[in-house]
Amino acid sequence: MSIQVNHVFKRFGDFVALDDVSLDVPAGGLTALLGPSGGGKSTLLRVIAGLEQPDSGTVEVEGRDVTGLTPQQRSIGFVFQHYAAFKHMTVAKNVAFGLEIRKHPKAEVRRRVNELLELVHLEQFAERLPAQLSGGQRQRMALARALAVQPEVLLLDEPFGALDAQVRRELRTWLRRLHDEVHVTTVFVTHDQEEALEVADSIVIVNQGRVEQAGTPRELYDEPASEFVMSFLGPVTRFQGQQVRPHDLVLHPEVQGAAVGAVVKRVTRLGFEVRVDMEAEGEPLWVQITRAAAAELDLEPGDVVGVTVSTPAPVA
Amino acid sequence: MTTQVSAGRRARAGVRLPARTLGLGLATTYLSLVVLLPLAAVAAKGSAGGLSGLWDAVRAPESAAALRLTVGAAVVVTLVDAVMGTAVAWLLVRDRFPGKRLVDTLIDLPFALPTIVAGLVLLTLYGPGSPVGVDLAYRRAGVVAALLFVTLPFVVRTVQPVLMELDADVEDAAASLGASRWVTFRRVILPALQPAIVAGAALSFARALSEFGATVLISGNLPFKTEVASVFVYGRIESDDIGTAAAVSTVLLALALLVLVALGLVQRWTARRG
Repeated sequence: MSIQVNHVFKRFGDFVALDDVSLDVPAGGLTALLGPSGGGKSTLLRVIAGLEQPDSGTVEVEGRDVTGLTPQQRSIGFVFQHYAAFKHMTVAKNVAFGLEIRKHPKAEVRRRVNELLELVHLEQFAERLPAQLSGGQRQRMALARALAVQPEVLLLDEPFGALDAQVRRELRTWLRRLHDEVHVTTVFVTHDQEEALEVADSIVIVNQGRVEQAGTPRELYDEPASEFVMSFLGPVTRFQGQQVRPHDLVLHPEVQGAAVGAVVKRVTRLGFEVRVDMEAEGEPLWVQITRAAAAELDLEPGDVVGVTVSTPAPVA
Repeated sequence: MTTQVSAGRRARAGVRLPARTLGLGLATTYLSLVVLLPLAAVAAKGSAGGLSGLWDAVRAPESAAALRLTVGAAVVVTLVDAVMGTAVAWLLVRDRFPGKRLVDTLIDLPFALPTIVAGLVLLTLYGPGSPVGVDLAYRRAGVVAALLFVTLPFVVRTVQPVLMELDADVEDAAASLGASRWVTFRRVILPALQPAIVAGAALSFARALSEFGATVLISGNLPFKTEVASVFVYGRIESDDIGTAAAVSTVLLALALLVLVALGLVQRWTARRG
């Protein structure tokens, strides 16, 4: 199911959380809302879920206006950063919750719960209490619970934010695979660009209550619409007063033509790439070059090299 | 003392924890002197005539009537407290209204007030010539009203912090899964509050069993009608019938102990689910 958000405003007291936000989420995709903390992305997700009412503007799911509907009336699954487990219920009961309150027949509930627990690899933990699970397991349980009611839209609010780096990476890959299996329109909030780039089909950059840019990871990376997007997604450095990707700079052994002279300060070898820290026109600058290019140039601190920008052109 | 000293020496020779042994000894001695010995004395006195003697004293019509009234009133009061205490706690945590802080402070007043003052307040308000036109004096309803007054804070104060700590996300999760507000309350919030409600209710019950000051004025202490166990015990002592007084006291003691043990079990069970 596709989601359209049209001109949504939301303030909390004096704080403007969402400032005329419009957004199109294609059906069946996996979309990331990416941005710094406090930028409004969680509020946007909660507005889509119906957990917050916008001050103005509308939310549509598959062309149907759902703005006035309660969360109960919308067919959504929501996953919270801190799991929001029902602590007094077993894992199986947590997953069954949505089905049981809909009064599905017992046998059907049991079958569906088993199916879902298998999907999230928790079948052997069915009778445990949430407190007896690890963070990653709890989040998988929460995901199974949200999927149990077969929502039209799955919304995840910083789903891996409370987990340690190792588990985070595992769950990320796992979420991607799960989405390829289940195909439900999914929107997740994250402040981690690596997570967004790795998992999402499309990324929406949200900052200060506004959508800065929406597009595929490639579009955002290669054609950023603003300095903010460019600096938020991927590495940047400043060259001649402009933001550029450090791998879009070319080093030359001589300072000729349009090249700008720079003094090498430090050369760091990071696996397949080499990072060269320099100073050009009194400003610090760094470039990313390949090992082969580094070997050819044979750089030492104190060397003077020429720097030019390759395409694409930098953002003003 | 000698056994404690030798126990201390053994522990020192073994695992070298003199401070711990000393602390344990002190605590045990203090607790024995202040709590256990007097309780044991009451129980011993109560069962001086053997178990059958205790049983006879308790079964005597006036004792039995006082105990029945006390336990019955305590059960009623506990049930009302469990419901209303939870409702008041809910109001104080979830609602916003002018004077909320004042109300929050007033909740503890029945607890802080000398109970005889509470009794006087109730008699003035709900006694003969009541300004609100409700006369509960010399009636069982008066006993219940007095007990409700003094036990109000228990459930409110045990439930309130749990309600404040309750994760708002959990309610949002239930809503997103389609649960109405009522279903969310009954299946998600109430189970989370249940241990706190039980703990508060147990304290209410124990307090209601033992209350003297608040009930003594308004009840009129009519035997077989409004005389509660603690007032009955007082009356027996005044009439030099220490045996019956001790027997009834022993029953109250046993009941209070039972409730606290049950409470301990509930809390242990809750701790397990984390």
